[in-house]
Amino acid sequence: MYIIDRRLNPGGKSLANRQRFLRRAKAQIQRAVRQTAGDRDITDLERGGEVSIPADGVREPSFRRSGEGGVHDHILPGNKRFVEGDTIDRPPEGGGAGSAGGDGGEGEDDFRFVLTRDEFLDLFLDDLELPDLAKRRVATVETQGLRRAGYTVTGSPVNLALLRSMRNALSRRIAMRRPKPAELLRLEEEIALLEKEGGPDARLNALREELEQLKQRSKRFPYIDPIDLRYRRFEPVSRPIAQAVMFCLMDVSGSMTEHMKDLAKRFYMLLYIFLTRRYKHVEIVFIRHTHEAKEVDEETFFNSPETGGTVVSSALREMQRIVEERYSPDSWNIYAAQASDGDNSPNDGSTSAALLRDVILPVCQYYAYLEVGSDSDRMQTGFINHKTSLWQTYETLQEQGANLAMRKVNHRREIYPVFRELFRRRDAEAGARAP
Amino acid sequence: MSVMEHDSLLFKGADWDFGTIQRIYDAVEAIGSGELGLDIYPNQIEVITAEQMLDAYASIGMPLFYKHWSFGKRFALHESSYRQGLMGLAYEIVINSNPCISYIMEENTATMQTLVIAHAAFGHNHFFKSNYLFKEWTDADGILDYLEFAKSYITRCEERYGHVAVERVLDAAHALMSHGVHRYPRKKRPDLRSEERRERERQLHQEQTFNDLWRTVPGKGAAAKPAISDERRRALLELPQENLLYFLEKSAPRLQPWQREILRIVRQIAQYFYPQRQTKVMNEGCATYCHYRIMTRLHEKGQISDGAFLEFLQSHTNVTRQPEYDDRHYGGINPYALGFGMMQDIERICTIPTDEDREWFPDIAGSGDTMAVLRDVWANYRDESFISQYLSPHLIRQWRMFHLVDDPDRPDLRIEAIHDERGYRRLRRSLSRQYDVGWTDPDIQVVDVDLAGDRKLILHHHVLNRNLLHKDDAQRVLQMVANLWGYAVVLKEVEPVTGAIFHEHVAHPHETLF
Repeated sequence: MYIIDRRLNPGGKSLANRQRFLRRAKAQIQRAVRQTAGDRDITDLERGGEVSIPADGVREPSFRRSGEGGVHDHILPGNKRFVEGDTIDRPPEGGGAGSAGGDGGEGEDDFRFVLTRDEFLDLFLDDLELPDLAKRRVATVETQGLRRAGYTVTGSPVNLALLRSMRNALSRRIAMRRPKPAELLRLEEEIALLEKEGGPDARLNALREELEQLKQRSKRFPYIDPIDLRYRRFEPVSRPIAQAVMFCLMDVSGSMTEHMKDLAKRFYMLLYIFLTRRYKHVEIVFIRHTHEAKEVDEETFFNSPETGGTVVSSALREMQRIVEERYSPDSWNIYAAQASDGDNSPNDGSTSAALLRDVILPVCQYYAYLEVGSDSDRMQTGFINHKTSLWQTYETLQEQGANLAMRKVNHRREIYPVFRELFRRRDAEAGARAP
Repeated sequence: MSVMEHDSLLFKGADWDFGTIQRIYDAVEAIGSGELGLDIYPNQIEVITAEQMLDAYASIGMPLFYKHWSFGKRFALHESSYRQGLMGLAYEIVINSNPCISYIMEENTATMQTLVIAHAAFGHNHFFKSNYLFKEWTDADGILDYLEFAKSYITRCEERYGHVAVERVLDAAHALMSHGVHRYPRKKRPDLRSEERRERERQLHQEQTFNDLWRTVPGKGAAAKPAISDERRRALLELPQENLLYFLEKSAPRLQPWQREILRIVRQIAQYFYPQRQTKVMNEGCATYCHYRIMTRLHEKGQISDGAFLEFLQSHTNVTRQPEYDDRHYGGINPYALGFGMMQDIERICTIPTDEDREWFPDIAGSGDTMAVLRDVWANYRDESFISQYLSPHLIRQWRMFHLVDDPDRPDLRIEAIHDERGYRRLRRSLSRQYDVGWTDPDIQVVDVDLAGDRKLILHHHVLNRNLLHKDDAQRVLQMVANLWGYAVVLKEVEPVTGAIFHEHVAHPHETLF
């Protein structure tokens, strides 16, 4: 008999099967995920969860009897009152009578199972793609770095590989039979002893000669030699920029209600999830503005009330300053999302437009403008052509071909669809625009 | 409690280590092989985690298996019900192989490990080694190697022909799995090892003898072919044929060699599991009876404590519980309960028979040597024959069985037989029939095909008791058959006596699929 401990074997043996299953039922699972995501709080989005898909899509059919019609025999335990020849009223819906051997078991129920967090988010984000990301990732989202790559015989002293050098020296010394210090010491002691006690001259001379030879040999083969030296070698590699910064710009003037801020917050959160999945390191900068802009922390950004007018260009200018100071576009992917109710001071329009077009957009991977409305706004569907001043400004920019995404949102429910639309793969579009 | 008593215990408390398992195994072996005379394959006991158990579930308990989405589906299903606490995991899984592999879970207590070793490594193991069906149909020596071969073959196919193409063949083969077994012994079958070798040789031969010139040689012309009689044609194709997978593998005109090989792999595996489907009651009955005897004996010998024995009894009674038909937990007859009940009943008949037993079972009543009788039973029966031979009136009364007939032509359900003098034999016959796979699986056969004409394949379903096939499923499966066959397929549901046709399913192949 053998006992084998398999517990340390790599797990996830079914992983390949699971992937095949997910691929097989992808369309249905994706639909289910979309639905689940719609029902959920956005903060919960990062959790995995149970989804259910129609069993039909993953059915494994076989030749089997239908269980309807035809004569069925059942042998059942636990008779209490029947005698042969008794009749029992047929239970309604045919299924009853102790479920009659489980024939009805093959239900058309939904198939429910649990997706892990990663699978869930993967599916959730799968058909979304950040616009123009591919372009930058391939072409410019790279930076030079150094990577250790073995040893070299030349180099600067800083890169001296001490251990390796000493090991080389040691092996060389052994190979050349360089006398060990202990050996020399022993000879010297013996000579000293003989000299003191006046031992036989022949022996003394022999020892002296030996010592002399060994000392010379020591000199010929130095303890450490330039050929022993090794230096750590580095080779330059280019690696993609694995960091992104996300600018959250928000108008916090009196006209922004709590509801609007909440909408904006949810949008930022989604964007954040998105970026954390794409980049190893994501930083967030919160800039709020009234007639003047300030970089604040998240708490203040969303919660502390503020009064004043609205000058959008102040926020853009603040962003420009921060980018210049801390986030060089060479090493950061810059994303910006602006939320506003659309008000802007009348004489600021052209300034903002110019700032955005000439300074902000060129350094951004992506700039989204989210116009949040009050909950009641969406009732007035007939009220079509009302465009806020900021919307008009940005629309002009967009018409001029600026890479700018704009949407209007009134209710929490609308965020997710809007988000999807903003980030939908735009291969065709991008392809058309690229040349 | 004296010191001596303490020393005889195999373990104290729930914890165990590998030394404990070895001690337990030795003690169980002394009883199992020594006192009960069980004949077993060498054992290999593997300790696994719950997650690995779930993995094993997904691949039908085998340690390695090819990849397919349906296993992933099964895994997802088990995993979600396990995580929600709806389902406990089995304490063990045992594989009919030589050496016999038993998986035991790391969470089990020492008592449970003892139970599991007695149950799987001795009970099931003995059954696998001695039962005639397993001897006839399975190759315990070669199964793991064959699975290894199957896995790598299918992986290679996936690399070469793409996931989708392979998945289609596998889907179709899985759908026909229940109709991919030979029910009766055929000519000598090569064992699985030489199967693998033969497949390599076939391919090698084809590669060596391939000559593109043959393609250019003008044919003899269709007219030269002598017309063969219908009878002869059917004989050549081995028709009628109930092994649909076999027929398609051998005769489908348009399949690629690798597609045939995949059908063959699925067929071999279906055949390997075929005995297990026919011996569920006996197999579990045998294992449960063995573990019960062994555990009781261990307790008698003072090798497990009273507490451990109680713990064992608790899980034993859980496993062998049979809810009555009107209980809301009723889900059919529990094979553990029926099997264990019958084995114990045989023990009773052998040792303290009543007059009734002497009349019903003259051969074994009072024979005294229970284990000899049981070993003989385990070796030579399957569920259907076992029940029709050994279900005693005593057990029928004890279970208070009754036979209910559901005939759609009648307005109500009728009690056909109960546990009385008139009913015993009829009950026994009906119950044994429910374990006859020839009776429970729909009887579908390939009856004819016109290879010279339109190549339409004709299947018949011999309808039993007017139980027609599930329409939707039948149509789906038939579609897969058509895809494999490459031409139209018709499935007729026929009343075997009158020849009347209830229903006809037709499917045409999707040209693009294969």
